[in-house]
Amino acid sequence: MQAYLDNSATTRCMECVAETVMKVMKEDYGNPSSLHAKGIEAEKYVKEAKKFFAGNLKVSEKEIYFTSGGTESNNIAIIGTAMANRRAGKHLITSRIEHSSVLNTMKYLEEQGFRVTYLPVDTDGIICLDALKEALCEETILVSVMYVNNEIGAVQPVDEIARIVRENNPETLFHVDAIQAYGKYRIYPKREGIDLLSVSGHKIHGPKGSGLLYVNEKVKIRPVMFGGGQQKGLRSGTENVPGIAGIAEAARACYRNLDKETERLYVLKERFVEGIRRLEGTKINGKSGRDSAPHIVSVSFRDIRSEVLLHALEEKGIYVSAGAACSSNKPSVSRTLQSIGAEKELLESTLRFSFSFETAEEEIDYCLEALSELLPVLRRYVRR
Amino acid sequence: MFQAFLIKYGEIGVKGKNRYVFEDALVARMKQVLCGVDGAFRITKEQGRIYVEAEGTFDYEETVRALQRVFGIVGICPVVIAEDQGVEALAQEVVNYMGRMYGKETKTFKVHTRRANKNFPMESMEVNAELGGRILNAFPNLTVDVHKPDIMLHIELRRNIYIYSEVIPGPGGMPLGTNGRSMLLLSGGIDSPVAGYMVARRGVCIDAVYFHAPPYTSERAKQKVVDLAKKVAEYAGSIRLHVINFTDIQMYIYDECPRDELTIIMRRYMMRIAQQLAVDTGCLALITGESIGQVASQTVPSLAATNDVCLLPVFRPLIAFDKEDIVTIAKKIDTYETSILPYEDCCTTFVAKHPVTKPRVDLIRKSEKALSEKIGELVSEALASEEIIEIL
Repeated sequence: MQAYLDNSATTRCMECVAETVMKVMKEDYGNPSSLHAKGIEAEKYVKEAKKFFAGNLKVSEKEIYFTSGGTESNNIAIIGTAMANRRAGKHLITSRIEHSSVLNTMKYLEEQGFRVTYLPVDTDGIICLDALKEALCEETILVSVMYVNNEIGAVQPVDEIARIVRENNPETLFHVDAIQAYGKYRIYPKREGIDLLSVSGHKIHGPKGSGLLYVNEKVKIRPVMFGGGQQKGLRSGTENVPGIAGIAEAARACYRNLDKETERLYVLKERFVEGIRRLEGTKINGKSGRDSAPHIVSVSFRDIRSEVLLHALEEKGIYVSAGAACSSNKPSVSRTLQSIGAEKELLESTLRFSFSFETAEEEIDYCLEALSELLPVLRRYVRR
Repeated sequence: MFQAFLIKYGEIGVKGKNRYVFEDALVARMKQVLCGVDGAFRITKEQGRIYVEAEGTFDYEETVRALQRVFGIVGICPVVIAEDQGVEALAQEVVNYMGRMYGKETKTFKVHTRRANKNFPMESMEVNAELGGRILNAFPNLTVDVHKPDIMLHIELRRNIYIYSEVIPGPGGMPLGTNGRSMLLLSGGIDSPVAGYMVARRGVCIDAVYFHAPPYTSERAKQKVVDLAKKVAEYAGSIRLHVINFTDIQMYIYDECPRDELTIIMRRYMMRIAQQLAVDTGCLALITGESIGQVASQTVPSLAATNDVCLLPVFRPLIAFDKEDIVTIAKKIDTYETSILPYEDCCTTFVAKHPVTKPRVDLIRKSEKALSEKIGELVSEALASEEIIEIL
């Protein structure tokens, strides 16, 4: 048996998505900028995708831009707005537990002369709103916060953050990295006061290399890449038509039965969390109820190195991550876990289990069973 | 401008009657590496020289890089080959050559002629003088220095005439396959690939063994070892990598032996297994990357305790090297970047916090008695379930 529980790293591409992508690559392969029929055919996919996302997010079509994924969306959102608005101020605010594509972009902007405030979080990974109020000033041009944390599944009070930002200075822009949230939550940027929103395709069973960025039309933004002026010049380069068709197809499928599927995920998660609690020497990081994301559970295992447990699970066909997949190539200790004040001994003993709409109850049970078998064995062989 | 290379080889030249064995091995290896290069090549042996001639277009840089990985080559000289059409034609050819090579650079030079073709109308000293004069006339920027010239212009008068002045250093050593086969204990670290390279450089073909301990070591750690073996194989030719699952042995030792002796005893079993593999595959020695004092298991007493189980010779080419020196070679052979990738060997789980640094062989032997019940069986199982990866 296999259990793929690493869906926050990436998800399996849905059949219908793969078919659409294949069809576009093989048959409707035109360049949307071409004037002939092949081009128009390709352009239709882009237009339809835009229309879908506009409806899904309740925004206007011209506010949707397609990118190569979450990292690029975050980069354009942050660098693009910082550069376009630097006359208004050079202060940016984000949190300490953002994804590397936000934190490293902020670091780059610091080198370019911007000032960045990194907000602390509480033990559940929720941003301290008092710290936000304190940090906001006239100089603040952008606040960038993730909707759902990729390591522990903490959900930020986005509405409230937007309100606080607006109250302080209506000109300050608000960017939300919704890469782990989109496809699990209904997100309406205009209603929630979000000016820019990043989404990734491969986290919602779409193709890798696809993503989108919502940019409110009033936002002043500059491109970070230059070229043929596609997508109103903000994102030059021939549109990735198969990817765009694919991400739209995937999103359609995710939102078709959203409430039912999310409910099912919460039930799965509760089952998993309950099972974990029964195992000795385990600790769940952050919140675990319905006030956290339905698909991410971070668990620390006392006296076991995460890498060893990860490989032991792998031998049984169970796939998980130690921390976030994108940062697990380097054995640096998780920033998120440090920020929520996790015990030092547990930092290197933590695994992330993440589910998707394709995760079955049997996979959860199989994983719990494997854990109850492996933990005592692995604890016998600790370094002494 | 070059169509050919003259290959200089060092130590082979002094070998006696079996010199041809070494030369043939060198040529064979050159043919092998040139297979992977863009272009068609002809390799000829002539009067104690080896020439590589390209037929038609070829990638110069790639060719040089490939030859720089052939053990036994001391120097690679890009050479112009001209037909023998008398002194006048030669002088013209040489002036052209100097112009293309050095143009307006201000340098000193010396002409060095070898006259293998005794029918050439001038003696070598006369050729030197004649060509030197022509060059001085043609290039006011060049002057003669017979003691320490910047440019040593070689003219070899044979059936054809060979003109060269540049010597690109080769790796030296002895041609592969002229010195039997040895078993390298390869880990993912910095040292063992370097040790393999160094012994291979003496003409030794390499087999390698890697001890894998899932789940304590990951698939990526294994992949890293495969990648390292590939890098070494660029010099050492094809390598057969034996992957031995060591987990059960490790856990058994952990259960039965004193904690502080774990590493030494583990290493003794690694040596025993490597030795068995060596015997089975016709290897005559073991190779390790050990270096005195680097870690607890490489103090002199520890090395002695490990060596205690070895009947075959153990080559430890890095034994007296400092880490920095090893790193320099690792960088040169391009294994360093791979070696420092952080897929650590999770064997660290099994390392005692305070391992012995002065083990006594008699005490270690005594501790190992505790393993007598099952260890033989576990070792046979590990050997029987080896995975073989052919690195080409």
